[in-house]
Amino acid sequence: MQKQLKFLLWVAVLGLGLAAVSAIALNRGESISAMWFIAAAACIYAIAYRFYAAWIAASVLTVDATRATPAERLDNGRDFIPTNKWVVFGHHFAAIAGPGPLIGPTLAAQFGYLPGTLWILVGAVLGGAVQDMVTLFFSTRRNARSLGQMARDEIGPIGGAAALIGTFMIMIILIAVLGLVVVNAMKHSPWATSTVAATIPIAMLVGFYMRNFRPGRVLEASLLGVALLLLAVVGGGWIDHQPMLRQWFDHEGLSLAWAIIAYGFAAAVVPVWLLLAPRDYLSTFVKLGTVMLLAIAIVILQPQVHMPALTQFTDGSGPIFGGKLFPFVFITIACGAISGFHSLIASGTTPKLLANEGDIRMIGYGAMLLESFVAIMAMIAATVLEPGVFFAINSPAGVVGSEAVDAIAKINSWGFAVTVEQMNQLARDMGESSLFARTGGAPSLAVGMASIFGNAFGKGMLAIWYHFAIMFEAIFILTTLDAGTRVGRFMLQDMLGNIWPKMGQTSWMPSVMLTSGLVVAGWGYFLYIGVIDPNGGVNILWPLFGIANQMLAAIALCVATGILVKSGKFKVAWITGLPLVWLLTVTTSAAWQKIFSDDIRVGFFAAANDLADKLAAGVLPLEKAAVAPKLIFNQQLDAYLTVFLVVLLWVVVLDMLYVLYRYFSKQPLMPLTEVPYQPTRLLDNWVRD
Amino acid sequence: MTALARLWKKIRHLGHRVRQLSGDDAYEVYVKHHAAFHQASVDAPPLLSRKEFFKYWQDSQWQGVNRCC
Repeated sequence: MQKQLKFLLWVAVLGLGLAAVSAIALNRGESISAMWFIAAAACIYAIAYRFYAAWIAASVLTVDATRATPAERLDNGRDFIPTNKWVVFGHHFAAIAGPGPLIGPTLAAQFGYLPGTLWILVGAVLGGAVQDMVTLFFSTRRNARSLGQMARDEIGPIGGAAALIGTFMIMIILIAVLGLVVVNAMKHSPWATSTVAATIPIAMLVGFYMRNFRPGRVLEASLLGVALLLLAVVGGGWIDHQPMLRQWFDHEGLSLAWAIIAYGFAAAVVPVWLLLAPRDYLSTFVKLGTVMLLAIAIVILQPQVHMPALTQFTDGSGPIFGGKLFPFVFITIACGAISGFHSLIASGTTPKLLANEGDIRMIGYGAMLLESFVAIMAMIAATVLEPGVFFAINSPAGVVGSEAVDAIAKINSWGFAVTVEQMNQLARDMGESSLFARTGGAPSLAVGMASIFGNAFGKGMLAIWYHFAIMFEAIFILTTLDAGTRVGRFMLQDMLGNIWPKMGQTSWMPSVMLTSGLVVAGWGYFLYIGVIDPNGGVNILWPLFGIANQMLAAIALCVATGILVKSGKFKVAWITGLPLVWLLTVTTSAAWQKIFSDDIRVGFFAAANDLADKLAAGVLPLEKAAVAPKLIFNQQLDAYLTVFLVVLLWVVVLDMLYVLYRYFSKQPLMPLTEVPYQPTRLLDNWVRD
Repeated sequence: MTALARLWKKIRHLGHRVRQLSGDDAYEVYVKHHAAFHQASVDAPPLLSRKEFFKYWQDSQWQGVNRCC
């Protein structure tokens, strides 16, 4: 009886899921309720988690709940600690969910809501969540080794080196693009700038409180900090109304970029307790709180999605970034569908806390589903805007013109209704002077969130909600920026330490200064170019980031596939093999187009040559001609960077295929490095308390 | 009364989880670990004070990749 009831329940879930997906896919009306998105996501996740993930855990990986995990065997009371599964889930989710799943879907909404939504759902359940779960499993069986170490041990030194270099590259490009997103949100916005600036002293105050005033009282310090952050949002509105004060925070993009570069260097050099750790606490609290609030607001309000299912920009002529639906939607949305970066958290960090292998499905697969859900909510928040408004906020001045009238005329010519007065009114409601050309996703997402929150919890505070959303995004973008710069610094110190051991000492000041300076210079360069680029920079940097991130995902899937085959599980190795083939197809064809396309909005070389021709012919306006040589150099550099990334990827793939060849031709292989079985001594109740 | 007591228990349980998640209870966990693993041995490392432990713990949290995109 019970069994039949369960069966019927799952049939109902399947039916609802199918109905929701068809409603989303087939809708050609004016608008569609966001509840269909929520329903489709919930049903697909539930089915995938209950059946696919459970099958992988039980039959492919054969997780063993009686086996002691590294957290138990190597328990040191500090970083290896067997921890309650919900707490590990929270840590893991907070670590993997950054600004990526918010920005990618917003940018990809230029194709319409449908392609991005389907990729987020399918990519997560078949790709991203599988990658996270198997990487977590393999690292747990290998004393919580990092992805790079596993690649070296299981595939070979080339794979290990490629993983290391790939991580470093992603870090540089990611930080640059995130910096650009913050700059675009802050330029000529005294409210946003003063609020974001206030997060720095607030974080330092919290850091001081936890370190010296009340050591280790993380919770009360964080609550104090969150209260101050909310005060800073309101205070920013006050500053915006003071003619004297507001001009201190009213800046051009370029000066803000320099400020962020200087800040990034300072944050990498000062001790973690002062800035990085407390900022991270604040951003985690704000992040979890806002995501929950957004979910509640969407369910209460059930907003209508106004973006069409598909726009004409699937042909590659989109204003936010150039390139056709295939492959660029799959590059634009990395986090939220599949993100290679997660494999760095799933190996090395999370396994040190995992008390029982039986929890791997919930933590590895489940947390990724939640992140995918965040991406769906970002897609909803971006597409509840009228398409005309969405494009007015996100189209760079280089595409639609820098005058409001020109931009509106251009957007109207695409068939999206919007007026100058409508945009001005919206800017006034949000407490901004203008919302045009705020490329990058943060402001349009903030407008979307503000309208959802405003409608659900009171309309009078739109401007406060908008700046709260900007603060929310800025605070964890800056956390990623701080943490990424520091990780980049450690990696560089590690590499240089091989040449000159003294450089490898993480506390030797000259080495700290030099390596921090190099890392900041690396991302600072791309940020600078992005800011001076009239096309907004995001159109160049985001695809580059997507390619780099998917490349890391492909490396993680290579390692996983290699281990599966070496363990004699060739027949089921498709669980990682299929997503790997898909990612190879996507990244290679995207890279190919970025290098060889004749379309100047897609191909790096084409853009460089076009600009060089125009410069030589003297047809560029004076201010464009001044920056043209830098842009030409940058486009060429980006092209070579793409070549490098794709070659790196194929080297790892070939290395992995060589391992498979040796396996099937029965030649000697590097042995599996799995730690032998030891029974767990942890009683279920002991940990679960 | 029992319903209220049960609710109170639930709230305390949730509070406990939040403390675990934020690392607010890291020192207590460490003291427990120290008592369980090092009490008997002669060359046991000395028990750190709350302040010393927090420094050590916080720095060790930021050695590797712990934040993502």
